[in-house]
Amino acid sequence: MTPDLIYGLTGIAVFAIGLVGALCAQDRLRRVLALKLCSVGAGFLLVVGAWRTPSAAPDPVPHALVITGIVVMVSATAVALALIRRLKSLEAEDDD
Amino acid sequence: MMIDPLTLSIFVPLFGAILTFVFPRVATVSALLAVLGTCGAVFVLALKILAAGEVLVPLGGWAPPLGITLRADGLSVAMLAMTALVGLLVSLGALESLRDLRQRQYFWPLWLLLLTGMNGVYLSTDLFNLYVMIEVIALGAVGLTVLSGTREAVRAGLEYMYASILGALLFLMGVGFIYLQIGRLDFAGLIAAEASGATSAALALMVVGLLLKTALFPLHFWLPAAHANATAPASALLSGLVVKAALYIFLRLSTYMPLPDETLVTLIGALGAGAVLWGGVQALRTERLKLLVAWSTVVQIGLIFIAFARAGQAGLTESWKAAAVLILAHGMAKAAMFLAAGRIKDEVGHDRIADLDKSEIRPTLAQFTFAIAAISLIGLPPSLGFIGKWSLMEGAMAAGYWHWVAVTMIGTLMSVAYFSRVFAGFLRFDRMRGELSEHKGWALADVAPLTLAAAAISLGLMAAPILSFIELGYPFGAAP
Repeated sequence: MTPDLIYGLTGIAVFAIGLVGALCAQDRLRRVLALKLCSVGAGFLLVVGAWRTPSAAPDPVPHALVITGIVVMVSATAVALALIRRLKSLEAEDDD
Repeated sequence: MMIDPLTLSIFVPLFGAILTFVFPRVATVSALLAVLGTCGAVFVLALKILAAGEVLVPLGGWAPPLGITLRADGLSVAMLAMTALVGLLVSLGALESLRDLRQRQYFWPLWLLLLTGMNGVYLSTDLFNLYVMIEVIALGAVGLTVLSGTREAVRAGLEYMYASILGALLFLMGVGFIYLQIGRLDFAGLIAAEASGATSAALALMVVGLLLKTALFPLHFWLPAAHANATAPASALLSGLVVKAALYIFLRLSTYMPLPDETLVTLIGALGAGAVLWGGVQALRTERLKLLVAWSTVVQIGLIFIAFARAGQAGLTESWKAAAVLILAHGMAKAAMFLAAGRIKDEVGHDRIADLDKSEIRPTLAQFTFAIAAISLIGLPPSLGFIGKWSLMEGAMAAGYWHWVAVTMIGTLMSVAYFSRVFAGFLRFDRMRGELSEHKGWALADVAPLTLAAAAISLGLMAAPILSFIELGYPFGAAP
């Protein structure tokens, strides 16, 4: 097994774990974390795309893509967390 | 140097979004100026397309595969024009209907951000760029969903957010596979690449992600609650425009990476048929007007996928046109219908279908608008919806795929049935408890939805020019 194959398969496995969590988890926060895991898996796979034979310099394009992906995911997570907080306070108001 | 209209149609709404957020005092004026500016840019672009067929702009002068190229052709400009028209009229409608200061303050930046993403999708030629744009759309769309601030809206918005992120991440995973296999992400690279196991897996991931975002049955679970609980202008934008972005990407992908075999095309059509039947049953059962309109969106999305699959794999070079016409027709008619439903709810005070005929207040113009929009959605002549349905059935019959004709017919009958539930409420006067208030419920806010509904009907008379316009620049690669 070459290193890039190991990393690639790891990325797919991490994505799959996140996918199961996103579909099956009941808790709202858990589902956000599961989606984060998915994004880490996808990012992993893209980084593997940068790997070339050890002597050559890695391909910079996937790195740029992963950084963009991280930025996108940070904002999406922030929105999801804000919604969860708002929903929690709305539900607390209704219970009173 | 003259800035080209492609760049402008993405950056004008983006700067508009920033301006309206930073200076809320002048938000309404600057937002309307930004939307008008976008309309102008799209108009100039349409003239260019009529002259040249396609326009390519390598951003910053960098050519692919390293740089990103924007490309416009007949289909993308038709989508841009529909988005601009619906956007302008919904913005005018929102002037009247958003009375709450907080809602007003956040509506404009969110909507302009959404417009940025939509226009970006229609002009991108690069898979990663598309991923970023669908995330931009998702952020704007979720914000609009929860704008009303009620518990139901926030709950539906969170569910939408989960579905949206998951759809985008499935797409991103597909993009990763493509990059590993081909080493390029632009459409030209996709066309040149040979099909392999990895590209099929990538296609599968991307298609599932897009179907989740466009809410094709059985991945539609998030849509009805999200669209029904938003405020009226937000619902109009979400149902009329947002679901079309993922649909458009799907149409494009199916040219650059053809579905590998006939079974998959049939599967897509079968899911569409499921959407038409299940959505129809739910629309017949629902108790609330806005929920009925939302379920009708599920039905129409299904219909668009049946149009895509109408003549199997061999017919894809023609079938996309039927799907595109249905997309345009639904965009205008559904935006009109949601705005009208919002007006009816505002005037009558509730949106329970069963109690509409008990109300002494009859917002006549809004009810009329609702009915004309329904004509296009049902697919009666001469509306644009009729042209779309007709070309769906014509192609299916020519290919001998009678099952698609049957499903479309059943769907049409069901849509007549569920819209009739609403018309009965509009037209019965014998169950009122008091005197009918004459001329109540006419307002300036009725103008925007009425114009949209009239456009959805009257553009059916211009079907031939529209069909030849969307073929400009050979969106589906059949260049001579």
